[in-house]
Amino acid sequence: MFPAPFEYHRAGSVKEALSMLRQFGDDAKLLAGGHSLVPMMKMRLATPAHLIDIGSVRELSGIREEGGKIVIGAATTHAQVETSDLVRRKLGLLAECAALIGDVQVRNRGTLGGSLAHADPAADYPAAVLALDGEVSLESESGARTVKADDFFIDLMTTAAQPGEIVTAVRFTPPAPAAGYAYLKHRQPASGFALVGIAALVTLDGKGNFQSVRVGVTGLCAKAFRAKAVESALAGKGRDAIAQAAAHVTDGADALSDIHASSEFRSELARVYTRRALEQALARAKS
Amino acid sequence: MPVIPKFVGERIKRREDPRLVSGTGTYVDDVKLVGMVSAMILRSPYPHAKIISIDVGKARAADGVVAVLTGEDLRGKIGSVPCVAPAERVPFHPVLALGKVRFVGEPVAVVVASNPYKAQDALDLLDVDYDPLDAVVDPEKAFDKDAPVIHEEFGTNLCMRSEVPNPQVDEAMRKADKVIKFRLVNQRLAPAPMEPRGVVAQWHPGLKQLTLWSSTQIPHLLRSQLAEMLKLGENHIRVIAPEVGGGFGCKLNVYPEEALVAYLAMTLNRPVKWIERRRENLAATTHGRDQITYLEVAAKKDGEVLGVKASFVCDMGAYLHLLTPAIPGFSGLMMTGCYKIPALAFEQKFAFTNKMSTDAYRGAGRPEAAYIAERVMDMVASEFGLDPADVRRKNFIPKEAFPAPTAGGLVYDSGDYNLALDKALAMVEYKKMRAEQEAARKQGRLIGIGISSYVEICGIGPSALLPPKLKGGGWESATVRIEPDSKVTVLTGISPHGQGQETTFAQLVADAFGIDIDDVVVVHGDTAQVQYGIGTFGSRGTTVGGPALMLTVQKLQDKMKKIASTMMEVPPDQLIFTERTIAMASDPSRSIPLQQVVDAAYGYKMPIPGVEPGLEEKTFYEPSACTFPFGTHVAVVEVDPETGVVKFLKYVAVDDCGKIISPLLVDGQVHGGIAQGIAQALYEEVVYDENGQLVTASLMDYAVPKADMLPHFDCANTITPSPVNMLGVKGVGEAGTIGSTPCAVNAVLDALKPFGIRHLDMPLKPEKIWNALRNAKKA
Repeated sequence: MFPAPFEYHRAGSVKEALSMLRQFGDDAKLLAGGHSLVPMMKMRLATPAHLIDIGSVRELSGIREEGGKIVIGAATTHAQVETSDLVRRKLGLLAECAALIGDVQVRNRGTLGGSLAHADPAADYPAAVLALDGEVSLESESGARTVKADDFFIDLMTTAAQPGEIVTAVRFTPPAPAAGYAYLKHRQPASGFALVGIAALVTLDGKGNFQSVRVGVTGLCAKAFRAKAVESALAGKGRDAIAQAAAHVTDGADALSDIHASSEFRSELARVYTRRALEQALARAKS
Repeated sequence: MPVIPKFVGERIKRREDPRLVSGTGTYVDDVKLVGMVSAMILRSPYPHAKIISIDVGKARAADGVVAVLTGEDLRGKIGSVPCVAPAERVPFHPVLALGKVRFVGEPVAVVVASNPYKAQDALDLLDVDYDPLDAVVDPEKAFDKDAPVIHEEFGTNLCMRSEVPNPQVDEAMRKADKVIKFRLVNQRLAPAPMEPRGVVAQWHPGLKQLTLWSSTQIPHLLRSQLAEMLKLGENHIRVIAPEVGGGFGCKLNVYPEEALVAYLAMTLNRPVKWIERRRENLAATTHGRDQITYLEVAAKKDGEVLGVKASFVCDMGAYLHLLTPAIPGFSGLMMTGCYKIPALAFEQKFAFTNKMSTDAYRGAGRPEAAYIAERVMDMVASEFGLDPADVRRKNFIPKEAFPAPTAGGLVYDSGDYNLALDKALAMVEYKKMRAEQEAARKQGRLIGIGISSYVEICGIGPSALLPPKLKGGGWESATVRIEPDSKVTVLTGISPHGQGQETTFAQLVADAFGIDIDDVVVVHGDTAQVQYGIGTFGSRGTTVGGPALMLTVQKLQDKMKKIASTMMEVPPDQLIFTERTIAMASDPSRSIPLQQVVDAAYGYKMPIPGVEPGLEEKTFYEPSACTFPFGTHVAVVEVDPETGVVKFLKYVAVDDCGKIISPLLVDGQVHGGIAQGIAQALYEEVVYDENGQLVTASLMDYAVPKADMLPHFDCANTITPSPVNMLGVKGVGEAGTIGSTPCAVNAVLDALKPFGIRHLDMPLKPEKIWNALRNAKKA
């Protein structure tokens, strides 16, 4: 690849990265796994004058339990998430989703924070993070804040992160051990991205009916979103309600269209995969 | 027990692989020379536009820039990019566009700079003023009265029209119980080899010698064409094809960049490197297929096919590359497949369009033909409610009929089509699968079984089949040298780029001389080392290069036996090569070491007067005929009725490539071929939008097959030796691709049969299937 000239800076800490961000302003881009940024630089669609590499900032990496929450550093790779015992035990949905991202090489380099911050409409992670009610930790020189996943994705490749802010971690409250989940995707055959990806997380009441339902949707529209119409249609209902409820996933959705799938087909895939994800989640859930 | 094992027929690993998988092979981009500079090419963003002006000022002044050239700078300096195949209208094909651009990706200017970063920086500073013109995208609309004309000098977009008439076809149509009519599309594909193209050129001013490294399948043919383009003597050009990371036909060509980089090295007097990037590869390396066929099939109720009439529209692209207009001819001639269809007639119209040129791509015309033949068989079966396997049996050329003349005017060398079909059906448990399919249908599951019995044409071939302008016939060459230490060097005229003849040929030579495979080195791909050769394409490496090699080996064996015979006082015809000795066949204990014979030859202590010293022989072998490998592939698929997703339940391939030298390599060729063939059936398609813009411009949008998109392949062989060469081999490089595409399509369409879906064009993407199902359910 032959990108436009840039200066490379390696940040040793979040603090240092933030100070560099202030120093270089709009001319700077953060580099983590580089799997979205670098292809754009290769085609010179992105020409940052400064790259601030946060890939080796220790505090941004790793998975830990903290006050009942699972905290995953922004620079943690998909492979680390996919293979982490802790994630597999407590956030099975996230591990299942990570395992379906790209291929082995992508998963070895790409990072959770990078994927969320880039907010590609077809990325896998946003669906699972929405379904798991994750919280995105952001830090700037003026302080730290947390944004719920529901409020994080604003539009096509646009998030709630402000200039001068870095995604530092994503926090999750583990769902009840009895919860059931599934992440299903229809892979775009060339890129491996999700034409449609559906993450479902459900808990059941004593009668085996849905107690809580969360459905995250990616690929369908310009941004990932929660299918609230599906969720509310299922409250207190059982298996029989799934098919009808799943059809609501496209309510109000402005579906994307390209050579790989028309908006009509994408919508149909969303409905089918939502139903299947819910069925699978239900089958895995315990009353 | 013998110390040295036999190698032919053994599943030995490729000798090429250790260096390739350990990163110690040398590809073009690994060539680094002192003072080398980088070339980068500015390409047209428009499918069709006039070039008003090109401002090179800023780019020339940019840091590190050595040169900037446009088409005007090269006018009269470099000849046309060659097309050697005959056509009525052959446009001048400039190395850099002159006055007009005719496809997205056409080279417009070149920047040479101290490194590729600087070259790209300067490329961004070039300012081209274009006047966009309407583009011809759909080849069927290229002949419309109001279609824009791509090459003004012709006044038409018709490159050529050819016709193979046959009055018997009309007779067949009259006799038929039914004439089945349909239209098929073999969509445009990108060969997309793992290694894109690349060129390094070095000029030696004192010697007036050009050395050119290129990722090519045809180093000698390239040398001949470059000599003409650059007006240099062929003995002033050395072409080296180093490691080549796949070609699939797209490197059986001569490209603008090869002549351009050579010209730059000569005029700048510095080594120049150009490495194609993936986006350039998808836009400006030849594409394959792109044929539309209208068919009329005359058939009897019992499934017998009496005749086929076809009309083709073939998309040439904007210019003609080396063999562009020659490819569709194979599709026409091979259209009757394995079948004794008595009457065939076809016409082909070749259209210029504002797209990249088409040319050979793995199978080159035969995959299209097999697709037609195998869709015809299924259409006939479907029309009369017959089993597709029975329709094939009904029409097969019987094994007694070989050598079998065909309606296309070819003579198939040998074949036993029933044998391969029976074996494949047994492997897939055909009857059981049909029963399971029936049961599944009752549950609403869509299971389909697809059969493809293919035959193809390989080992090209007699020189008469190749156009004279190619400057090389269909023969192949080999030199074999026993070195003074008894090690053997082979110089082959073929140019393997993944096929593995460094292994196959070493197996043959080792067994012939009773030596170890590691005693043999196979050299190829360097015109300064190797005698003129034709190269590797059309599954000819072993089929034509193999006999060239073995005839040479025989000459050496004869000479060595003659020497040994005098030394041993045993008649030469009683001698054999075994265990690094020459021994009496009847009593191998009576032997002399090979080295003693070699010593005699090189030390010129020749026991027989008049025999020349040294041990080196050479052969230029002209094959008497082509070979016709065949086989049957069977796939079982399940279609998801809700999403249109196709899942393979079984994939069985029975291929007959004649005698097998290297079973592991045969499997490898078949596996790769099936992958590419299934990809045509289900995934791959070069897409230009209605304005002529290339949409599948990167691998994010062009779906090359990945391992997880493919099923397990259950492979087997039948062995019907070819009578046309001494090895009995038929070639296997393209077989998998040819057999698999119709197999996968037939399977999917069989799954959709209960819905009355007769045909869908490739690629059978989920959305297409979903739409068809939805429309069928509505109706």
